[in-house]
Amino acid sequence: MERKEAFQTFLITTFIRISGYSTIFFVGMILVFILGQGLPALKEVELSSLFSTRWYPIEGFFGILPLIGGSIVVTIGATLIAVPFGIGTAIYISEIAPRWARELLKPLVEVLAGLPSVVLGFIGIVSLSPFIREFFNLPTGLSALTGSLLLGAIAIPTIVSVAEDALDSVPKEYRDGAFALGATKWQTIWTVTLPAAKSGVLTAIMLGIARSIGETMTVMMVTGNAPVLPTGLEAIVSPIRTMTATIAAEMGEVANGGSHYAVLFFIAIVLFLISLVINIAASAVVFRETKRSEKILS
Amino acid sequence: MVNKKIIILLILLFTLPGCSGSNSNSPSSNSSESQIYIENKGSDTIVNLALAWAEEYQNIHPNISLSVTGGGSGTGIAALINNTVDIANASRSIKDKEIENANENNVEPLEFVIARDAIAVIINPENPVEKLSLQQISDIYSGKFTNWSEVGGEDRPIVRLSRETNSGTHVYFLEQVLRLGDKENPTFFSPLTLLLPSSEGIISEVSQNPNAIGYDGLGYITDEVKVVGVSQVGSTEYIYPSVATVNSGEYPIARDLYMYTNGQPVGEIEEYLNWIFSEAAQEIVAELGFVPIIK
Repeated sequence: MERKEAFQTFLITTFIRISGYSTIFFVGMILVFILGQGLPALKEVELSSLFSTRWYPIEGFFGILPLIGGSIVVTIGATLIAVPFGIGTAIYISEIAPRWARELLKPLVEVLAGLPSVVLGFIGIVSLSPFIREFFNLPTGLSALTGSLLLGAIAIPTIVSVAEDALDSVPKEYRDGAFALGATKWQTIWTVTLPAAKSGVLTAIMLGIARSIGETMTVMMVTGNAPVLPTGLEAIVSPIRTMTATIAAEMGEVANGGSHYAVLFFIAIVLFLISLVINIAASAVVFRETKRSEKILS
Repeated sequence: MVNKKIIILLILLFTLPGCSGSNSNSPSSNSSESQIYIENKGSDTIVNLALAWAEEYQNIHPNISLSVTGGGSGTGIAALINNTVDIANASRSIKDKEIENANENNVEPLEFVIARDAIAVIINPENPVEKLSLQQISDIYSGKFTNWSEVGGEDRPIVRLSRETNSGTHVYFLEQVLRLGDKENPTFFSPLTLLLPSSEGIISEVSQNPNAIGYDGLGYITDEVKVVGVSQVGSTEYIYPSVATVNSGEYPIARDLYMYTNGQPVGEIEEYLNWIFSEAAQEIVAELGFVPIIK
């Protein structure tokens, strides 16, 4: 009996250990792979050409700046929409909503999270883009704004569920303490609950941003994919082309190696680096927060 | 220890069948009775036609399964080069560079012209413009003209729509319309041109946006968009695309549609291609708005 249990424990811990290490292993392998495929781009295409503003790969123009700019514009737009709505919804569900509304809202948000992005893209093409064009009197509704709105809709469920969990895990005593001191409900949320859940809420925002910068199908369908370097405020309502849409649209054509293939992987490296920077920034902020709270407690 | 052996055995049992049969060069057939699979991939222009053919052919030959996918001519030819399809569809002829790449992989692309296609230039029905010369279309797409009033329309900005660069239609349009067939001509698509991933995307945007101009294969044109008459360089006669004007050579933006195989096709693939050139199959071509080839 004892031997059997020991063996089971061994089996389970081995399995869990392998699962844990495999994550590191896979990320490492992905990094090695895209570096191996993408770095030759630096050799095959001159740096001045790679960081120029013209993207027309079938004639040998590999300027990736418009693509980076396009991704940044839609992501900022999506963040500006998703963060207030997402955090607001999370606060409502966790702090304000009556029990029945809460039971209804939570599964609905999860349904929204499960919507395939191609469906949102389709809605974007058929109804949102014509509406944006008429409402803002634009030449075309296929623009960064349409992409941002839809990406916001994609990021909101992620932000809501993670932030709501964080708010939910704040001990009830904190709120009771605030109420006992005569704070209103709003004051309690703003000065006690939200700061106490800060690291979880920040994680939610970072995950939302990462979700929007990596999203492909929707942006490919609704942003017009014109590789123009965004300059100035009007870029928000102009067509743009993102890095993800470029990789998705063009990778099929270049399966046979060559400089275009390498440049597409180079774009993947840039995308990877941007995600990495966002993650490092997020964990740095979260880390600093815990240190400060420790100081208060001690 | 016995447990471990059983687990390994189970894993082997479940994974082994998945490995067999993949990556074969020719349609896989275990016996004459079983299903035969033909992979057919490439041009989005041809995909509807290829699907219609495949359906009809499977009705006649129930033992054959044709799998048809789109993705663009470049995608199909890339798959042929990597030897992962039996037949590649392309709306442009294969490039020298691609033949080189194919030869390096021991693939010998063989070309078949399977139908012809006219590319219609389309605008929103609200747009009063009726006709454009090839030169005007070139100037619109290169970014020289930015307002419809410059080509006889209303005072509206022009929104240019094009297929993605991996589309054979895109390459054809660049060479034959923007550059007017002149290889030395350095004209480009304006960077402001919207590159849409599908033919349907172009139709959908043109049908609801009065500023838009687009182009698409004749087979995709619906009643929701307006086709403009096009004149040759140096001619004042505006021609609308149709089977008659393509076959007579009057309509200037018409091209051949291709299928490519790896070397001389044999067996079921050869039979399928022979059937494509039959009268019955070419009737389907006409039904879908393409132009049948006259043998």
